[in-house]
Amino acid sequence: MAILGLDEKEYFARGNRACAGCGESLALRLLMKVAGPNTIVCQCTGCMEVVSTPYPETAWEVPWVHGAFENNSAIASGVERALKVQGKEDVKVLVLGGDGGTYDIGLQALSGTFERGHNITYICTDNEAYMNTGIQRSGATPYGASTTTSPSGSASIGKMERKKDLMHIMAAHGSPYIASAAVGYHTDFLRKVKTALETKGPTFINVYVPCVPGWKIDPEITVKISKLGVDTGATPLYEIINGKHVLNMPTDSGKLKPVEEYLKLQGRFRHLFKPEPNKAALETIQASVKADIDRLKLLSEKGF
Amino acid sequence: MRHVMEASHAVAESVKSVEPDVIAAYPITPQTHIVERISEFVANNEIKSEYIRVESEFSAISACLGASATGVRAYTSTSSQGLALMHEILFIVSGMRLPVCMSMVNRALSAPINIWNDHQDSISERDTGWIQLYVETGQEAYDMTIMQHKISEDKRVLLPSMVCMDGFTLSHVYEPVDILEKAQVDSFLPKYKPVHAILDPKEPLTQGPIGFPTHYMEFRKELCDAMDGSLKVIEEVMADYSKRFPVAIKDARPEKYFHVEEYMMGDADVVLVAMGSVCGTIKEVIDQLRAKKVKAGLLKIITYRPFPKELIAKKLAPYKNVAIVEKALSPGLGGPLYHEIASAMYEAGAKSKLRNFIVGLGGRDVRLDHVERIIDMTMSGKGKTEEWML
Repeated sequence: MAILGLDEKEYFARGNRACAGCGESLALRLLMKVAGPNTIVCQCTGCMEVVSTPYPETAWEVPWVHGAFENNSAIASGVERALKVQGKEDVKVLVLGGDGGTYDIGLQALSGTFERGHNITYICTDNEAYMNTGIQRSGATPYGASTTTSPSGSASIGKMERKKDLMHIMAAHGSPYIASAAVGYHTDFLRKVKTALETKGPTFINVYVPCVPGWKIDPEITVKISKLGVDTGATPLYEIINGKHVLNMPTDSGKLKPVEEYLKLQGRFRHLFKPEPNKAALETIQASVKADIDRLKLLSEKGF
Repeated sequence: MRHVMEASHAVAESVKSVEPDVIAAYPITPQTHIVERISEFVANNEIKSEYIRVESEFSAISACLGASATGVRAYTSTSSQGLALMHEILFIVSGMRLPVCMSMVNRALSAPINIWNDHQDSISERDTGWIQLYVETGQEAYDMTIMQHKISEDKRVLLPSMVCMDGFTLSHVYEPVDILEKAQVDSFLPKYKPVHAILDPKEPLTQGPIGFPTHYMEFRKELCDAMDGSLKVIEEVMADYSKRFPVAIKDARPEKYFHVEEYMMGDADVVLVAMGSVCGTIKEVIDQLRAKKVKAGLLKIITYRPFPKELIAKKLAPYKNVAIVEKALSPGLGGPLYHEIASAMYEAGAKSKLRNFIVGLGGRDVRLDHVERIIDMTMSGKGKTEEWML
């Protein structure tokens, strides 16, 4: 039965090797229902590439290409121009990458592709660390998260630095459509996928996706924790449409839940609560969330 | 039509006649004159290619990967550091069996940074699964750029190729070049019809999957078999081209293209082996020495990958003294070409005395007297096995 008017067919098929409760594979399954069959997917190296294409199996019901970790935006540039030569400009070109492939190692190729204005949509499935290689910190890892290369310890709070603001880096390229989304709020996410794919030019979505082993969460709370990220303001939902911010939080941003409610369910932040709460760190995180939300709210309200 | 033109522009003319569907390139000295001239062709609508001005060589080769995987003819050009930056993706393009074509303008690798010619850049990529063809003249650069597409795109091959030409000493030199009519090129190289898997929503295929230990070796074996098999295809294409387009300018190219070119080898007492533009210098010295009754010859290698090892061993085996003259280096080993030829000769049971001369690194002039010394040392047995012409 079709739900939410979505295509019943799976283009990212079940039976792939993703973990139980994987937020990233859920995002891919849903977004492919919006993208549909007339799509070419260019995928960065990462969990989703590995779990979906163990030769000779494939989970992909659309044409799919993977080159390396960091070059798939450039590959998409070539695909898009080749389609132009072939007179097949109706085919959608979709790049899928994790935060490692997007925020860090693939940033140059991504920037070049956006600067050149290729008609592609890039969706970053952001689980805030290099999960495929064993939960190492990335530029997208938030302050205070413990990872295998930024472990918490007697002299470490986990990751010492704040998360890179990729949304505004992408906006600075003059892209007509930039959006953040959370897989837990899937109708909002899918609306944004549809908008991005229908907008001409290079468009970008950063979708927050929980990772069960990386975030050290119970697999049954994937959707719940994703929603909590939004409800606490830790992973704010907004669009930047032709340079103008539109905050689209499901709750009034004045009534955000305390960020602790989001953090305390995740093993990657356990050291902030045990053996006793690290009040200074928690206050820093809460203040940072508030500052970000206040800024986005202001930009949105003032029409910037 | 005969023109006097810079070899870089001859390559650009070749690209114009081949008309790749997608060109993706990033400027680097000494390749720049090729991409600048192509840019002018695009700007003036002289070719219909989609030209992607990428932000790095890494993205140039990646965009070519994407275009080729979608089923169109893709072309790029680079040098030195640019090729090194492409390194990772070179393996992926060949591993995916995509017939991407490249003009490689040879230049030294840093450090110290040096923009002048040697072969360390492309020789360092000899194991990437790309066909490598080395040219001596502007005419050869022009011709080989057309031929490489036919070789790479052959369904028995489906491997990327690079035509390697010396930076400055060839790329920036003006020579007479015979430029073919577009229709002539079209008759030799028909419009591109991919025979490999392509990205097409009508027939969804997965390209570039993960290959576990259960399958990886078979992929590599197939690639190696294709590379070995390409020797025959290269030979066919070279023969066909030579027959269709006879020599128009004396000495600008071999009469009949082949993996190697033999020069004055018949009665030679010593044979030099080399690749690229230095062959012109060596030929000059050979001619001069003949007047002094010194009998030297040259075996010029055009096809370096696949390495025609049996052919080379067979050609060299009759000679007592052979000198491999090369512009590349594997520190801690010596000259790569020397060691490959030594290996081929050993396999063939040949007894020739081999010498290795490292010349012209970082644009150091290879002078006539250098070549004379090489010939003298090889004939007399003076010096060590490996010598540097500093």
